[in-house]
Parts: sequence; structure tokens; C-alpha cells
Amino acid sequence: MGDWSGYLTLIFQGAWTTIQLTLMGSALALVMAFLAGLGRLSRHAVLRWLATVYIEFFRGTSIFVQLFWIYFVLPMTGLWAPTPMQAGVLALGLNVGAYGAEVVRGAILAVPRDQTEACIAVNLTRFQRMRHVILPQALPLMLPTFGNNAIELLKATAVVSLISLADMTFQAQIVRSQTGNTLLPFITILVLYFAMSSAISFGMRRLERRVTRGLDGVR
Amino acid sequence: MDQPIIRIQNLRKSFGTLTVIDGLDFDVMKGEKLALIGPSGSGKTTILRILMTLEDISGGRIEVCGEPLYHMTRNGAEVSADEAHLHRMRRHIGMVFQHFNLFPHKSVLQNITMAPILTKGEKRPDAERRARELLDMVGLADKADYMPSQLSGGQKQRVAIARALALQPQIMLFDEVTSALDPELVEEVLEVMQRLARETDMTMLLVTHEMGFAHDFADRVLFFDKGRIVEQGPPDQIFTAPQEDRTKSFLRKIIAAGQRV
Ligand SMILES: Nc1ncnc2c1ncn2[C@@H]1O[C@H](COP(=O)(O)OP(=O)(O)O)[C@@H](O)[C@H]1O
Ligand SMILES: [Mg+2]
Repeated sequence: MGDWSGYLTLIFQGAWTTIQLTLMGSALALVMAFLAGLGRLSRHAVLRWLATVYIEFFRGTSIFVQLFWIYFVLPMTGLWAPTPMQAGVLALGLNVGAYGAEVVRGAILAVPRDQTEACIAVNLTRFQRMRHVILPQALPLMLPTFGNNAIELLKATAVVSLISLADMTFQAQIVRSQTGNTLLPFITILVLYFAMSSAISFGMRRLERRVTRGLDGVR
Repeated sequence: MDQPIIRIQNLRKSFGTLTVIDGLDFDVMKGEKLALIGPSGSGKTTILRILMTLEDISGGRIEVCGEPLYHMTRNGAEVSADEAHLHRMRRHIGMVFQHFNLFPHKSVLQNITMAPILTKGEKRPDAERRARELLDMVGLADKADYMPSQLSGGQKQRVAIARALALQPQIMLFDEVTSALDPELVEEVLEVMQRLARETDMTMLLVTHEMGFAHDFADRVLFFDKGRIVEQGPPDQIFTAPQEDRTKSFLRKIIAAGQRV
């Protein structure tokens, strides 16, 4: 127990990996959520079908299995052998993106039909309707659930320790096995996880307040 | 008045098994002010929505400004209009809705300038200058920077009128534009429309339950029942000497309800 600051450094390095996974995973999840959510609402049957398959597949199988496939099975095809970090971001982003897609779709459908009709009456194109009228009103409806999704993603990052990526949980295990002390490393990461999820909540609330400004009183 | 600006021929419209319009014909002349009246459910709104391309048609033919609205010619044959054709045709037509349908996330000024900037490529300063002129015309010059949620119903509807006018359509459709308003706010909206009717050569189609207003506003009144025109003519004739029994009984009910005709 003499070199506790060294062990702490180890855990902080893991925390940095966890933060990276969360940020990059969330970015990918956001992109996938919009692609698949808009795909579900597309006029083109092929796009709707692709989006549905993606969503159902990634919601219907566990992130654990998805990670193993990406990290261990994908290289066998000879196409691409991702690094552990790449595999982790991919699994987290694709998995959470599938949930986010339903949020995007639901929020877009929640914007009253009146708004689309007003857009048609002022002759906006389909793209302009979505870009200037529907999405700006759907976004505030998505944000609270997006915040929850990001926290779910943060909590799911621990799964990458299974492919030996040294995230925070992985490092805590290392410290535990080297020192025999369970309490200290796990209290440390408990506090760190909580701090990270609080930061996400705080950030999302601020963002919500910004995008709903001026919309008060309409819903 | 020369060519009709709108020609409706044998128009049919059903929702599922419910046929709402069954073989409707009428023309509207350029610059004409038309009032569509009739009992609720007689298909008046549906006709305006079809002209604004918010509903599909089930049969028949409509021409707007000499061009088919729901048809186009491809390789010498007439086929159903595609989105690009509808987009082109919508330039001729504007609509004001019963429930205003303003964009709640945009200021009053942006509600008016958005479409001219996006669809006609107007420069922002030009679009804003025109928007302010229009706001001045509808008596809301001081409300340019308000959000819609800060306005009364009558003010919202006047912004909606300005928004439609900003695109300078040749044809304007008004669907019961005062029936969602508190009684004391009706007059301010009707005043604006009366002025438009007098001062512009826009073709206007008005669906309304305000018979007194229809009387003052319209060159011609169409009385609808069950998706058909029962009777039509100049307002004086329809309101003071209706010929058809259904028109008479409709007007009697309206008068019994305390309205001026
Ligand atoms: N989207 C729709 N689906 C089914 N029925 C509809 C729809 N829109 C209108 N209708 C029906 O069409 C008829 C005519 O409606 P409408 O044009 O709104 O009449 P009006 O404006 O004269 O009151 C009514 O019976 C109404 O219930
Ligand atoms: Mg109606």
C-alpha cells in the first residue's frame, strides 16, 4: 500500500480511456441515431429496410457479443483488424446509436403535422422542411433521452475490459490484484464514474436550455 | 377578366370509402374573390387543401394558371405530377390556416422571411425590408422581433397572412381564418383581409362561416352541400334571394344563430 499515488495514476490513465471511449462512442452513436432515425422515415423502401435491420439487430443482441464479433471475428474475414479502442468505440456507438435512432424518429413524428403543411404552403422543399422547421422543433424533444443514452454508454464502456482495453474498471482490477485492496480502487472509480455522469447531465441540461429558448409556451 | 386562373373539372376525392367530393366543376377568374360557404363537412376545406396540394385527388383534373396541377407531360403522355412539378406549381398559391401554423421556433420576422430567402433566393436585407412593409400593412410593425408564443390569436393570424403574402402568390386560400379566434379579435383580421381584397388583384378563395363578411368580401358566393355546389351567384343574390331550398334553410339557421348576412 506504499505506492498509492502510482496506483492512482494507473486509475486516472484508465479514466482517460473511459472518457475517450465515451466521447467517441457518443459521437458515433449520434451520427448513427440520425442516419437510422431519418432512414426509418425515408420515402425509399430500401433505406427504411436498412435502418430497421440495423436498429433491430443492435438492439436485439448484447453489446458484449457485438464487441467480440467486432474484435475477434471481423479480423478473421481479412478485411480489417480494429485496435481495441476502435472496436470499443464501434461497438458502443453502433449499439447506443440503435436506441438513439428510435428517439430521433419519435421526436420527428411528435412535431405536429400542421408544421409540415405550413412548410408545403410556403413551398419549402422536403430537405428545407426537415432542416429548417421539423428538426429544430424535434431536437429539444430528443435531448433528455440523448442525455440518458450517453450515460448508459458511459456505464457500458466497462465492457471493453473484456478485450483487455485498459479502461477505468480494468485498471481498478489491476490495482486490486496487485495490492489486495478492493475498497480503495473501487471507491475511486465509483466517484469518478459518478463525476463523469454528472458532467454529462449538467452539459445536457445546459444544452436543453439553449435549444428550447424561445420555444416556451408552445408545448 | 379573361382566362380562368383555376379550372376544376370533374374533381373527385375520397377518404377510404368516404366520398367527399364527387364530380365537382368550377372555374375561378383571375382576380376574382370567391366565398365558399355551406354546412360543416360539406368539403370546403378539402377543396382548399387540394388546391394547396396538401391532399391528393382521387379523380378529375385541376388547372392552375393554365397548367395542370396534378398532371404533367412526360414523353408526350400525361402522367401524375411528381414532387418537382408540385413544387413549381405551389409558387402560384398561398394559404392561411385556421390555426395559423406559424413556426414557433422562429421570430415573427423570420417566419415571414424564411420562405422568400429559401425558395426565391431573396437577399436577407431585401426579404427583411419587405417583411417589415408587410408587418406594417397588417398593423404589427412593432412585433417583428417577438416570438409567436408572445402574440394573441388575432396577431398570429395577421402574421400568417403576411407570411403567405411575402411569397407574392397569384392565388390566396383562406380557410376559416377567424374561427379559432376570440370574438373580439375577429375584426382586426377581417379588416386586413377586406383591405387586401380591395387593394390587390390577387385571386382569393375564402372559406368562412362569417356570412356578413362573405357578403362584403366576395364577387361570387358558392354554396356547398355534400361536396357539390348547390347554388352560386353574386352575394346579393345568394344572401337576399336564394333559389334553392337547401341554401334557404342553411341561411335561416345562420340568421337564427344571430348572425348578420
Ligand atoms: N383526412 C381525412 N380523413 C378522413 N375523412 C376526412 C379527412 N378530411 C376530411 N374528411 C371528411 O371529409 C368531409 C369534408 O370535410 P371538410 O372538407 O373538412 O368539410 P368542411 O370544411 O366543409 O367542414 C367530412 O365528412 C370530413 O369528416
Ligand atoms: Mg372546414
